Amino acid sequence: MDFTEDQIHRYSRHIILPEVGGKGQEKIMNAKVFIVGAGGLGCPVGYYLTAAGVGTLKIIDNDKVELSNLQRQIAHSTDRIGMPKVDSVKKTFEALNPDVNVIALNQKITKENIFDLIGDCDVVVDGSDNFPTRYLVNDACVMAGKPLVSGAILRFEGQVTTIVPKLGHCYRCLFEEMPPAGLVPSCQEAGVLGALPGIVGGLQAMEVLKYILDKGDLLTNSMIIFEAMKARFRKVKVPKNPDCPVCGNNPTITELQDYDAEHCRLNF
Amino acid sequence: MNEVTPDKKIDIRGLVCPYTFVRSKLAIEGMEIGQVLEVLLDYEDASINIPKSMQDHGQSVLKVDKINDKEWILLIRKEKD
Repeated sequence: MDFTEDQIHRYSRHIILPEVGGKGQEKIMNAKVFIVGAGGLGCPVGYYLTAAGVGTLKIIDNDKVELSNLQRQIAHSTDRIGMPKVDSVKKTFEALNPDVNVIALNQKITKENIFDLIGDCDVVVDGSDNFPTRYLVNDACVMAGKPLVSGAILRFEGQVTTIVPKLGHCYRCLFEEMPPAGLVPSCQEAGVLGALPGIVGGLQAMEVLKYILDKGDLLTNSMIIFEAMKARFRKVKVPKNPDCPVCGNNPTITELQDYDAEHCRLNF
Repeated sequence: MNEVTPDKKIDIRGLVCPYTFVRSKLAIEGMEIGQVLEVLLDYEDASINIPKSMQDHGQSVLKVDKINDKEWILLIRKEKD
């Protein structure tokens, strides 16, 4: 635990917590986190994990910053419109905390590259905006035994759950199959009130930090549902499904599938 | 009673809260259970707050000594990681 003077000041509010201390901060600084998506959720998750001093933050997204992103995607800015989102967040995160090694991957996550991408990471965060990616990330994390903090938002509602393979449920225990394209909200229906991803992303970042620190209760048997209009948080139990096609006792999905069905990209 | 011989000493004169505690805590974390840390400080609030926080964190405060007008020496024994 050889902190520099700057690090002692920067992380002092962590160090004085009994549950963190210098040892916990060291764990954070040694952690490697992979974030899927540099949008509404990826921005706040990455922002807080950068502030916390996570050692390496690998983030993937193949979109560019658009004006319509800026109402909620807080790590981008007006002068970066047209820039790859991962380059934009890298600039923001490095300005916040130069200690953090930000690896920006301007590419699409696929069944061909995902195992390589998650292989050297301690924990994965899903901030993706579409079902094919969500299921791809879930299945790959279950197969690779990687913990996954999953978050989703739409309109005024958000949900967060933490998947630790073998220990608890996975995304398919909850929602076994991808919804058919017709049931996914069309792009016109898919608004989101700007502060919502901050709340959900903040919860995801907190789950990641608790996982790294090995402290507190993770959402491994439950899901938090936040209803902004009701100003209400609900924590619902999520049992592991013994018949789950990917993490159940007799899985039928044992290798990654072709996830790219005809789904409208909601662009969160 | 025999004088306790500290296993480690830190001089945090010139520091204010919360860095007084941050320094003391980092020093304790790097020690073995049963070892004693001596802290020399000149920030009056910390002479009260460090012993209180150390006790909250499960450590034993063996001594709080005002050695002159503005300096204190604390002796803290590490009881838990």
